[in-house]
Amino acid sequence: MVITNEEIMVSPGSSSPRRTVRRAGIATIALVAVLGLFTAACSSSKSSDSAKPSGPTKAAWIYVGPVNDGGWTQAHDNGRKEAATALGDNLISTYKENVPEGPETAQVIDDLVKDGNTVIFGTSYGFKDAMQAAAKKYPDVKFVQATGDDITVNGVSSVPSNYDEYWGAGEDTLYLTGIAAGKATKNNVIGVEAPFPIPEIIRQINGFALGAQSVNPDATVKVVWTKAWFDPAVERQAAESLVAAGADVIFSHQDSPTAGEVAKANNLPWLGYDSDQSAAYPSVWLTAATYDWGPYYTAKINSIRDGKWSQQNYYGTIGDQFTSIAPFGSLVSAETQSAIRAEQAKAAATKSFGWYWGLEDRMDQDGKVVITKGQTLSQKDLYTMSYFVMGIDGNPKG
Amino acid sequence: MSVNDNLFVIILASAIFYGTPLVFAALGELLSERSGVINLGVEGMMLLGAVCSAVVAANLDGPAALVLPLALLAGMAAAALGAAIHAFLVITLRVNQIISGLALTIFAGAAGLSSYLANVWGLGRNPSLNQFGRMDLFGLKDVPVVGPILFDQTLLTYLSWLLVGLAMVYLFRTRMGLHLRAVGESPQTADSVGIPVTRYRYGHVIVGGMFAGIAGACYSLTIVPTWANGLTSGAGWIALALVIFGFWRPDLTLVGAYLFGALSSLSFTLQARGIDVPSALLNALPYLATIVVLVLVSNSRLSRRLGSPAALGRPYEREER
Repeated sequence: MVITNEEIMVSPGSSSPRRTVRRAGIATIALVAVLGLFTAACSSSKSSDSAKPSGPTKAAWIYVGPVNDGGWTQAHDNGRKEAATALGDNLISTYKENVPEGPETAQVIDDLVKDGNTVIFGTSYGFKDAMQAAAKKYPDVKFVQATGDDITVNGVSSVPSNYDEYWGAGEDTLYLTGIAAGKATKNNVIGVEAPFPIPEIIRQINGFALGAQSVNPDATVKVVWTKAWFDPAVERQAAESLVAAGADVIFSHQDSPTAGEVAKANNLPWLGYDSDQSAAYPSVWLTAATYDWGPYYTAKINSIRDGKWSQQNYYGTIGDQFTSIAPFGSLVSAETQSAIRAEQAKAAATKSFGWYWGLEDRMDQDGKVVITKGQTLSQKDLYTMSYFVMGIDGNPKG
Repeated sequence: MSVNDNLFVIILASAIFYGTPLVFAALGELLSERSGVINLGVEGMMLLGAVCSAVVAANLDGPAALVLPLALLAGMAAAALGAAIHAFLVITLRVNQIISGLALTIFAGAAGLSSYLANVWGLGRNPSLNQFGRMDLFGLKDVPVVGPILFDQTLLTYLSWLLVGLAMVYLFRTRMGLHLRAVGESPQTADSVGIPVTRYRYGHVIVGGMFAGIAGACYSLTIVPTWANGLTSGAGWIALALVIFGFWRPDLTLVGAYLFGALSSLSFTLQARGIDVPSALLNALPYLATIVVLVLVSNSRLSRRLGSPAALGRPYEREER
């Protein structure tokens, strides 16, 4: 700051330089002690369900956020509770919340294995490397990683045999919510704020845009990157910039409902992601793509208990009811609702994902055909998608 | 498109909106530094203010006209308490001001007390229903150019203008302001003419804390409807630089705050208009500007000439006169 080094070390007003230094030392020690306490308090572990002697499975979930975040982590924890209810005495479930994506992840996993957990679910992409390292270290424990992409992209031989990945086709439900957005826009400009330019988000925005174009061929989708999964102040600025640039429908692919505030202030319809915000924004809410993790967790633990472990690389679909959509707001007309429900039923009947990609020739932003009519996309095609389809106004490189 | 959709108008309007918390925080730090006490705890005090006003706004039932002022007061009180701890350490115990301030920010900040309290109080992501909205002052918000910039802000922005005006008068036109400047320049001299140095310093550090509390409340009561750990995301550090940036004058600090406010949302405004700029670079600009200013004033002789209080950072002990 304004003070030079000498002034810090030898403050002329204080009795002696040494005393200042000693005080500084004490302050630092006290500070470190207090910080240690809080860090410990923040990543506390809570164990639910009591132990039963008749051979229950001990499974643990690792969360990147707090269980009451109203979004991603809460959805996983609801899934854990669903599994606990379904499995009853056969499951002892534990979770660790607010686990940082870094060296601490490995430590948390070590602790959970020492506690006797034989199944570990990692619920954030950033845990992937630590989960694979732990799988090598503990061959008797099963490690299951949400949103992991190594089995799909690099093949099952690239990961340990006691490691599996799971995720769901969110782009399919986003296609459905895109229909609501395409019907709602009057300027034909739909604003999207999205976290990072990675294949997961790119394919989801493509799905959303194709949904909007399926009912409104003139609709363009304007994308702004926030470079954050969760940062309410930034999310607000991004939403405001979209409104200022002429968007009259906002889709926020972010973890907080901040865009809803901007939508409410401007009286514009908006769509969220991964959580139902209809109660907080009744006048402007359209819908959102959501996930239900419970049935997967129940089935996965059951198959492990039955000795039927396999690296199935699960990709949940609308047919599985793994991906779904939140209740419609009052702005979605009955006609639009039934159109969306019809499309949803069609998707469920296919018992697969991505029924819409090959409905016609699809072009990228430069007009090059990237998907030909009748083509079906594999999970690997989806996991490596790096282009925006035509009609999206934004840079897929960020 | 009307003239109010012009890029220039949009940037200026958002500069004021996002600069408002910086105005409060920098003004508070300015008062503290004018008394000779540097407080690096601004970020921590802001987060304390933000979490305490958020919990009141989220849990108190009643009309917004009653709940919001109470929430603001709760935020001010919490931040003032943080400032009082700093004041006790550096004024009474004469602990190094840099260390005490840093300790306050780390203790109360994103990895500390504010996040812990938010967790304990269950400030989840359900949006708070009580917020300071934009006011449309005198119904003039649609007036070309000046409407969105000056007449479509929140009550807190208008409060900040009032406080900046009062601070100007106080510092440069009143006897107390003169005394305050004397305490910051030469506490020995001030003491010798009977100005209560200790009382002045305590008073201004604590009032500075209250301002930081309002700055934090700007985030939890106007900018975002939901709690996020560390939601001020470094604004407290920018405020510290702004005091220097504004040469310890409230009016120039206000201008600096709006400059930083403009930079903070510029990258999105340009992205949404299809102007391809490296957003990471734009996001880094406020911090780059902070570093440049810090380098410029790191020369202590230059910083004196620019208005830095001569006794800034130095404890005062009467016996050593």
